[in-house]
Amino acid sequence: MEKNKKLTKVLMSGNEAMGEAAIRAGCKFYSGYPITPQNELTAYMARRMREEGRAFVQAESELAAINMIFGAAVTGVRTMTSSSSPGISLKQEGISYLAGCQLPAVIINVMRGGPGLGNIDSSQSDYFQSTRGGGHGDYFTPTLAPWSAEEATKLVVLAFDLADYYRTPVLVLADAIIGQMMEPVGLPFERMFKKKLPKKTWALTGAKKRPANAVMSLLLGDRVLQRHNERLGRKWDKIKEKEQRFDTYKVQDAKYLIVAYGSQARIAFEAVDILRKQNIKAGLFRPISLWPYPEKGLKELAKGVKKVLVVEQSLGQMVEDVRAALPLGEISFLGKAGGGIPLAKEIVGAIKKSL
Amino acid sequence: MKNEFLPPKSLRDVNTHYCSGCGHGILHRLVAQVIDELGLRERVIGVAPVGCAVLAYNYWDFDVSEAAHGRALAVATGIKRSRPEKIVFTYQGDGDLASIGIAETLHTANRGENLTCVFVNNACYGMTGGQMAPTTMIGQKTTTTPWGRDPAFGEGWPLKVSELLAPLKGVSYLARSSISKPQGVRQTYQYIKKAFINQIEKKGFSMVEVLSPCPTIWKKTPIEAAKWIDQEMVKEFPLGVIKE
Ligand SMILES: Cc1ncc(C[n+]2csc(CCOP(=O)(O)OP(=O)(O)O)c2C)c(N)n1
Repeated sequence: MEKNKKLTKVLMSGNEAMGEAAIRAGCKFYSGYPITPQNELTAYMARRMREEGRAFVQAESELAAINMIFGAAVTGVRTMTSSSSPGISLKQEGISYLAGCQLPAVIINVMRGGPGLGNIDSSQSDYFQSTRGGGHGDYFTPTLAPWSAEEATKLVVLAFDLADYYRTPVLVLADAIIGQMMEPVGLPFERMFKKKLPKKTWALTGAKKRPANAVMSLLLGDRVLQRHNERLGRKWDKIKEKEQRFDTYKVQDAKYLIVAYGSQARIAFEAVDILRKQNIKAGLFRPISLWPYPEKGLKELAKGVKKVLVVEQSLGQMVEDVRAALPLGEISFLGKAGGGIPLAKEIVGAIKKSL
Repeated sequence: MKNEFLPPKSLRDVNTHYCSGCGHGILHRLVAQVIDELGLRERVIGVAPVGCAVLAYNYWDFDVSEAAHGRALAVATGIKRSRPEKIVFTYQGDGDLASIGIAETLHTANRGENLTCVFVNNACYGMTGGQMAPTTMIGQKTTTTPWGRDPAFGEGWPLKVSELLAPLKGVSYLARSSISKPQGVRQTYQYIKKAFINQIEKKGFSMVEVLSPCPTIWKKTPIEAAKWIDQEMVKEFPLGVIKE
């Protein structure tokens, strides 16, 4: 975990921390619609955005919210919306338009149980939706999954940078535990992305001293959309190449590798310590970017490993990416759906069973 | 106005894709003319709908954004709140504004967003080939009301959006006109101009509803279509300033 003594630490919930990070990243427009377990984030933005003289709108629906941030993005300002699973389903059309129009925006999903109205417990069942495009059309959204409130702040800042750099919507995929839990968070927030960001010459700001700009995803005509999508395809390839992120714990000599992300990785972290005390060489691989999946890191690590255990708060979604990265690996899965959380002792049990 | 018969600078000198007798061409010109006249070309950001006018950015020579079907006013809200010094307007059909986007329409109006909205009521879905719109007239035949719209079959009544919005405190200006005759075209120009001036003066939400012919879908000649507006549509959708 991060340790930086020079920073002031403030006790915040993940939801509030992500809100503050967005403000410090220069978010000029936020819109959201109430849904648990992310309500503190919208409430935080309502207060802080006005204090900063920036724009906050409580939208009439998630549809309106995502399209309002589409409008903000069109003008070239930094913008964000947040919601939880059912609301994110509603936003998918808008996310598809953002991707098609190549507009930068940040979307936070504080996941809860589904399908349908589900429940408001922590869940990781939106992994497929997040990493497979989610809406209609050929596109991907870079997806970052924090495992602590403090990391959530860094990933929100990174999400704004990635969105601007690649001109595409970026998802921060948290869950109810990360959103609700209060933890010390370091201020000011760290910026991980060091590359220079391009000027937004495409933005709509009024056609003054330049030809008129238009933002659109409708591309009619012979192979016009085909060429556009091929350009997008090269962008997705570049992101896959450059933006894989992960973290590890006690992996140097690990024979048993646990793969988990978000709040579930916190529990797996504990399981690694328990196993190590029992002289079982366990380690943790924690994807931070879920799309692109950190397959290069995983492949490298898995070389010396006997068995891989994937643990998720779902019936098994990320496990498919692990299987794709390690086609010859011995991979088992431990998951609970609908708000169930695999506990450390259950992870320990699953590893020991495979010994 | 000695320039009245010259094409506006805000309108590109290109052919449109619209059918003959369609009202969109006239309305694009009126909007462009108002923008020129008020000197807004370098300050304006338009939001095009999903509908027949989806390609409006090919015809207007100022900054224009696409919006998902029905969400133009949400997009415009995001634009205006991010850049309050810009003049922002939406241009939407009746399927877009009155059906799929009715929630955005009501709430944008109710928030009193300082925006201008041009609402093109052609009593049908043009782009998708002529289905029933919320504004379709009783008895009007469309592909989805093959025997004519009939409330007895659960197809409802023509939705009067302007009247619906009128009581809302956030709404500063509402007017309905028709472009079936030159006189109506001039009136429409005045209404649209007023709706933009209101935004410059920060008065809140302004909308102009325009009864606009769609001869292709209505299966009428342009002249018959204009007559149908004058004789039938205006009975359901009376013309004039509704709120000021
Ligand atoms: C979410 C979604 N649903 C449906 C459509 C298909 N669609 C395109 S245009 C349109 C209706 C257009 O009618 P209207 O708004 O009245 O404008 P007009 O074409 O008559 O000018 C529809 C339903 C779409 N593009 N997106």
